[in-house]
Amino acid sequence: MSEETVNIEGAVCAPPLPHSEQIVMGHGAGGRMSHQLIQKAFVSVFQNPALQTGDDAAMLQPVPGMQLSISTDSHVVTPLFFPGGDIGRLAVCGTVNDVAMLGAKPLYLTAGFILEEGLEMSTLQRVIASMQAAAQEANVQIVAGDTKVVQKGKADGLYITTAGVGIIPIGTNVSGAQAKPGDMIILSGSIGDHGIAVLGARGELGFQSTIQSDVAPLNHLIEAMLHASQNIHVLRDPTRGGLATTLNEIATQSNVGIMLDEKTLPIHPEVAAACEMLGFDPLYIANEGKLVAMVSREDAESVLRAMRVTRYGEDAVIIGEVTAEPRGRVLLKTSLGSTRVVDMLAGEMLPRIC
Amino acid sequence: MCLAIPGKIVDIFERDGLKMAKVDYGGIFRETCLEYVPEAQVGEYCVVHVGFAISLLDEQDAMESLELLKQISDIEEELGKDTP
Amino acid sequence: MKYVNEYRDAELVHGVIEEIRRTVTHPWVLMEICGGQTHAIVRHGIDQLLPPEIELVHGPGCPVCVTPLELIDKALTIAASPDVVFCSYGDMLRVPGSGRDLFSIKAQGGDVRVVYSPLDAVKLAQQNPDKQVVFFAIGFETTAPPNVMSILQAQRLGLTNYSVLISHVRVPPAIKAILSSPQNRVQGFLLAGHVSAVMGYWEYSPLVDEFKIPMVVTGFEPLDIVQGILKTVQLLEAGKVEVANAYSRAVNFDGNLPAQKTINQVFYECDRKWRGIGMIPMSGWGLRPEFDAFNAEKRFDVGAIHTQESSLCIAGQILQGLKKPHDCPAFGKECTTENPLGATMVSSEGACAAYYRYGRVELNQKVEQV
Repeated sequence: MSEETVNIEGAVCAPPLPHSEQIVMGHGAGGRMSHQLIQKAFVSVFQNPALQTGDDAAMLQPVPGMQLSISTDSHVVTPLFFPGGDIGRLAVCGTVNDVAMLGAKPLYLTAGFILEEGLEMSTLQRVIASMQAAAQEANVQIVAGDTKVVQKGKADGLYITTAGVGIIPIGTNVSGAQAKPGDMIILSGSIGDHGIAVLGARGELGFQSTIQSDVAPLNHLIEAMLHASQNIHVLRDPTRGGLATTLNEIATQSNVGIMLDEKTLPIHPEVAAACEMLGFDPLYIANEGKLVAMVSREDAESVLRAMRVTRYGEDAVIIGEVTAEPRGRVLLKTSLGSTRVVDMLAGEMLPRIC
Repeated sequence: MCLAIPGKIVDIFERDGLKMAKVDYGGIFRETCLEYVPEAQVGEYCVVHVGFAISLLDEQDAMESLELLKQISDIEEELGKDTP
Repeated sequence: MKYVNEYRDAELVHGVIEEIRRTVTHPWVLMEICGGQTHAIVRHGIDQLLPPEIELVHGPGCPVCVTPLELIDKALTIAASPDVVFCSYGDMLRVPGSGRDLFSIKAQGGDVRVVYSPLDAVKLAQQNPDKQVVFFAIGFETTAPPNVMSILQAQRLGLTNYSVLISHVRVPPAIKAILSSPQNRVQGFLLAGHVSAVMGYWEYSPLVDEFKIPMVVTGFEPLDIVQGILKTVQLLEAGKVEVANAYSRAVNFDGNLPAQKTINQVFYECDRKWRGIGMIPMSGWGLRPEFDAFNAEKRFDVGAIHTQESSLCIAGQILQGLKKPHDCPAFGKECTTENPLGATMVSSEGACAAYYRYGRVELNQKVEQV
């Protein structure tokens, strides 16, 4: 028989742990834990009046005489942090850029988070801080959001879905369907940086490099370009599928041809080397801080000049022109003088041995 | 069967009993197995396929034949100018 | 990149092409063996720049394309097995078996991983002792030394959970089969430069003697390819029949002796079936019995495999240089890179994929002189 004395008065019910180090299922349940997470991790960082009201939606004032641009993206990148950026910066810049590619001034973003059970709180805080920094750089506000928690193993750490809204002056008509034969094609800088940076960070293929992702908000650059010319017909950012896929989309949308000059394509030597090693083509590798513009021939030089004195446009270069034929096709004049077709990316890009 | 690229050996070491090297492919570095070119030295160029050096690059041969081609190209340019 | 960019110099390439133009007096049909060379030719549009007398036909040098359908189906069955980590070179993932590919196995929950080097597969075996790691060891002679080293390394490390599924093929018997065909039109060969870096080019002398056809070891950059073509044309125009080396910075006559020795230690020559072509005697390598412990075909019972090849696919005739991709009625219609019917469309080195992706646009443009 036990000799211990039972101390009834001392009995206490163990209070639940505060779980401040990691995300647990309770954070997604909608109760006090959720509220504390939202306040501490999100609202206090994203600080803006709309978010601080605490309503389920943000009330915004329309701007008279303006059209709206709205876009959405989901971000599922692995690893969450990579050289030059992270999933948070990617999320903000991705949506800011999509909205801005219609010639819009991006104003507001929403952000939905799916958090994996077990995610380190410090990781979440880093991502949120990065989102806020990107939002400040782009001069946008994150005004609404949502958080859900899923079981361990179901979210690669975290997924973010963003939507963004911007305003376009009436009369602006920038669209993938507006390319005209004779337009010059301008690329804002080197291709393939983001895709190779992330691939290197994943480590599966075993190479090391100093390549940084180019992830960046391009709305200020676009503003400078629109200021320099009323004749910018197309703006698009070549993300997944690379420049080749984006140009093919535009050629189809506008029912025009495109002729590129291989000699003019800006490719960082390290990106070129990684592509040679793996058998990749830089034309198909993702970019997250570049844009391609189709501008009427007479305005091309002034747009280029405006880009080169603006952040993220310093290395802008003319890479080709829009042609009448062959419709819907992208052609490339090789550095040897021959011509070949540049198709869309078919499926995933895989390293080859042949 | 044949995607192999030249790279410069910048460091040689051993891993799990295999002779390995850190190879520089123009700014990209990768571990490469040197078991098939055991005579390889740091500073030399090797031709690498799926992480293995399959031969050493003969730099002298490369320089000489490129130089020869440049000379031929220059001569042809001259001939081209003289052609009526 | 050093020793790459110099071989893409437009001026030098055009200089050699001019020399070809001056040398040629007669139409010639040349075959490049290696899929990597086909890829380079189509990507840089080299065939557009050559004088019209030169016709390039594409050879079967794509190990992905020629891996027999039965073996792909075996691979798919193994990859779908529980507790198997199936490792493969990237280009194999999309190759269709009978109705499925490794991508679909992955989608159904199979653990399929792309590796860059076979040593990465060995590392996975070390890191996952409770799983069976199977490596799909395909390739021509170039890939044999890396593939066999993975087996020897696994043996050295005492791994019992590593095995390989072998599909190795050899170039000289393929050349013999092509030249022996009554429909053969090939008059000169551009030999696979990196295969020769490993094997040397001593194996081709008997073939040259038997069939009286010149063969030139050729590299992969535009300058290498046109130099290989020039040398072959020079030999043909002079009526000379010999083996020559136009890739001497990477290849010598004897080849890589440590690599050859290691290959012979682990592999033996055997008959091999080539997808689309059929059985070519002594054209493959198999794993020697003393390495049975690492032979995935012995370790896994894959049951009866019933293969089912598309009836529309003429990959076999394309691989032998008898037809071109656009000769196939299904090319670009039922058979595209998104929906490939046969291996030559799936592999990025397959002639059909190269033609489709780089578009054989009928262009009546003058070649611009640099």
